[in-house]
Amino acid sequence: MSRSLVTLVGVSKTYGRTVAVNNVSLEVGEGEFVTLLGPSGSGKTTTLMLIAGFERPTGGEILVRGESVVARPPEKRDIGMVFQSYALFPHMTVFENVAFPLRTRRVTGPEVAKRVDEVLTAVRMSGLGARYPRQLSGGQQQRIALARALVYRPSLLLMDEPLGALDKKLREEMQSEIKSLQRELGITTLYVTHDQQEALALSDRIAIMNGGDVIQTGSPLALYERPATGFVAGFLGDVNLLEGVMAEAARGLLRVQIVDGPEVLTLGEQPLAPGKRVRLTIRPERLEIGSTELAVPNAWRGRVREVVFHGELVRYGVEVESRVVLRVTRPFRGPDTLFARGEEIWLTSRPEDWRLFA
Amino acid sequence: MLVGPALILLGTVYLYPLARLLVLSLTGGADGAVGFGAYRRFLESSVYLGVLLRTFRISLVVTAVCLVMAYPVSYVLSRVGSLTFRVIMVFVLLPLWTSILVRTYAWMVLLQANGVLNNLLRRLHVIDEPLRLMYNEAGVVIGMAQVLLPFAILPVFASLRNIDPRLHAAAQVMGAGPWRRFRAVTLPLSLPGVAAAGLLVFVQALGFFIIPALLGGSRVITLAMVIETQVVDLLDWSLASSMAMVLLVVTVVLVVGFDRLLGLDKVWV
Repeated sequence: MSRSLVTLVGVSKTYGRTVAVNNVSLEVGEGEFVTLLGPSGSGKTTTLMLIAGFERPTGGEILVRGESVVARPPEKRDIGMVFQSYALFPHMTVFENVAFPLRTRRVTGPEVAKRVDEVLTAVRMSGLGARYPRQLSGGQQQRIALARALVYRPSLLLMDEPLGALDKKLREEMQSEIKSLQRELGITTLYVTHDQQEALALSDRIAIMNGGDVIQTGSPLALYERPATGFVAGFLGDVNLLEGVMAEAARGLLRVQIVDGPEVLTLGEQPLAPGKRVRLTIRPERLEIGSTELAVPNAWRGRVREVVFHGELVRYGVEVESRVVLRVTRPFRGPDTLFARGEEIWLTSRPEDWRLFA
Repeated sequence: MLVGPALILLGTVYLYPLARLLVLSLTGGADGAVGFGAYRRFLESSVYLGVLLRTFRISLVVTAVCLVMAYPVSYVLSRVGSLTFRVIMVFVLLPLWTSILVRTYAWMVLLQANGVLNNLLRRLHVIDEPLRLMYNEAGVVIGMAQVLLPFAILPVFASLRNIDPRLHAAAQVMGAGPWRRFRAVTLPLSLPGVAAAGLLVFVQALGFFIIPALLGGSRVITLAMVIETQVVDLLDWSLASSMAMVLLVVTVVLVVGFDRLLGLDKVWV
């Protein structure tokens, strides 16, 4: 990670007895794209508001380039912000909206027009300067809000669920545009969302929040592959979550008896005593379905209980040992590769794809 | 169906008399023939025209005074917590629940030459001679502005409250200080409410009778007072009707014009 631009040191925010943000520490490096990901009420938006200066922390420090900004009002923090509702000024044209932050910075004359034109071109909205926000579609308003936050080249860009109001297709389109703009301009970005797909697609690093705490921070790949807790595993992507009992641990190989199910062979360093209850997870796309028995560990006989066709992929519900149902996701490779409901199949999984949580 | 009773009420106590008024105003020639004779007698008389102008002038001044006083109150109302809000709101609405006669006599007690205000100012040696606060336009404006102030506060407050607070947040994060946020965001977005308040106050002020009669005495004659004299003392119903119709037309033109420009919903939203 490059030099740190924003540093949160044990930041807390309480409202009366409610703890909104609890002792959060986080670093955002220069040029980095960091996402705060969590369910609603996890404290991610409050954290953003603390950094913007709309809220004051009840504990901890917020540093920008090593300097405390806690006492500084939002207008003195050199921050760009995109709101979920866009917050475009309804009585100003697109041009006046985008020019507004320049005017508060006493930029005048042809320089204003030049920079507004530049940024409108960058968000592919040139030529719409004379329109009013109400004459624009949701996606266009989104672009203008982005242009308005970028035009004064703030040192930090904050985005609070900026794509929340858009439909799925437009959201994916805007995601790639935001990402390429961010990379092009090299602007440090802190992004808030509850959408894990969005977080995975956009971020250099993700901080997963729950109940006011940052649970885990890391690259999308690291979080997806090595979730620190069952919550992270379940929140980032889909998992099968099972209860189990440790049967045997030897040289990194663990045998776990699934409650009401088969025995799983997994890898793990944890020195867990036999008989201890654990939770096991495996992602649906890491389970394989086949019609013939294979001589591999974790090969279980099962029966297809449910088939849901999603187009590019198929989701199965597979019952193992008549008690445990596992969700399995397979890419769709043609009608002859589909398994039918009620079909007897073999379910296999690699030991390294299982995760164990005490 | 549900609006039936209201339509019947409107038809009998409002539309029918209005139609009679229109007929009366058009049959008021010197010989009782149909025509614009009554209107001519009204609009060609410099005395009556002077009254009409004074009525407009007083209404305009009252409107201006009300808006200037209403804006800060509305601004505070849109920003305070619910308890403070309710306290201020009671004080705003209280005058509406008090009889207009009671309030006008109260103003007379306060404003007359030996009234509370003048005595106080003399005692504090601010003035030597009593200020003339009654039986002139100043007194009428003071009295009318107080009565009409709630009608100015409510629409302005409504428009201020409807401004999305995130617009202020956006302006602030983009570097705008308090004054710039007010000038660039709050003020322009509240102007439709200000216009609505102005319309409500002005239209009502045009027809005021009791306050000018009591606080203005015989010096400040407004159109409503002339209409009353025509009907009660001179029994010239057609001249009175033509004056009433002129006021009505002015009001309708203002209301329709406002609706075309800004939309009448600005009055209560």
